[in-house]
Amino acid sequence: MSLKAFHFVFIVASILMACGFAVWSFQNYAAPGGVRSDLVAGIVAALAAGGLVAYECYFLRKFKNVSFI
Amino acid sequence: MEIPYTTEPRKDTGLFNAKLGIWLFLASEVMLFGALFSSYILLRIGAEPGAWPHGLLNVPLGTVNTIVLIVSSITVVMAWASLKMKNFGNFRKYQAVTLVCSLCFLGIKSYEYNDKFSHYEVQLNDGRVVDGHMVEKSADGFTIHGHYVDKAEAAKVTHAWQEHEIKHEEIKIKNSDVKYKENYGPWHNTYMAIYFTLTGLHALHVIGGALVIAFLWGPGASMWKTDPERYTNRIEVSGLFWHFVDLVWIFLFPVLYLL
Repeated sequence: MSLKAFHFVFIVASILMACGFAVWSFQNYAAPGGVRSDLVAGIVAALAAGGLVAYECYFLRKFKNVSFI
Repeated sequence: MEIPYTTEPRKDTGLFNAKLGIWLFLASEVMLFGALFSSYILLRIGAEPGAWPHGLLNVPLGTVNTIVLIVSSITVVMAWASLKMKNFGNFRKYQAVTLVCSLCFLGIKSYEYNDKFSHYEVQLNDGRVVDGHMVEKSADGFTIHGHYVDKAEAAKVTHAWQEHEIKHEEIKIKNSDVKYKENYGPWHNTYMAIYFTLTGLHALHVIGGALVIAFLWGPGASMWKTDPERYTNRIEVSGLFWHFVDLVWIFLFPVLYLL
């Protein structure tokens, strides 16, 4: 597995983590005693997940000539 | 005698020597961290209901560290791509950013560790418990910025956000009133022990990876002039290790800070 393939896997894991963090933050905000910073964190995490998806597409285009092995 | 397969891949494995070596090493690392993650899971599911601590770690700082490591993994790949395109100048710039990111991560981690070592649980002779950070020390006592622990209320805290509701104040305590006091080091409880073990081992890996990247960025870069293909392979191998270290953190962050 080349660095390209490992980077692809790593960014997928980061996207999943960012989505999980967004859900965790929104849950905190919705719970009794939730504060505005939880809402902000959730929005930022969701945007980060979107940004990482865009980056993953850019990365695959840029490295299309490099082997996954 | 020339060592074979330093640049071209072996026909049977499809890999050059260093890549095969790093993947064997990473397999052993997976077993090491896997064993520690398994320990964490077993300790956690074996804990008394409601006894597992929540909200002890600083989530914003953990988030910043996560972003720092994700950025560093991107710059490592860009540095490798720069070498593939024979652009050594860009490689230097990207790897410099990687090194700055590694120093940022270690700086933030040190701050978090220091915060835990100044965080105390103090049991008083009258049975009350004070929890908070040591802000001042004198000959006859000390001041804690924290709160009196209500055990019934503490048992209700099952999620980090409930910690927001606890009000903190400056509490002056005389040494003569103290039954025992202990900071939140690895000896404090099972959670702190596994937290320091996992993050400490991870931080050692960050230091190791940063040293290798720094060597290849500095004195080791002379190979670029003599054997650029082999040098590019070395950068790829160091990048694979760096990605492994970053991936471990991607699992550590939600497990230790959020759940």
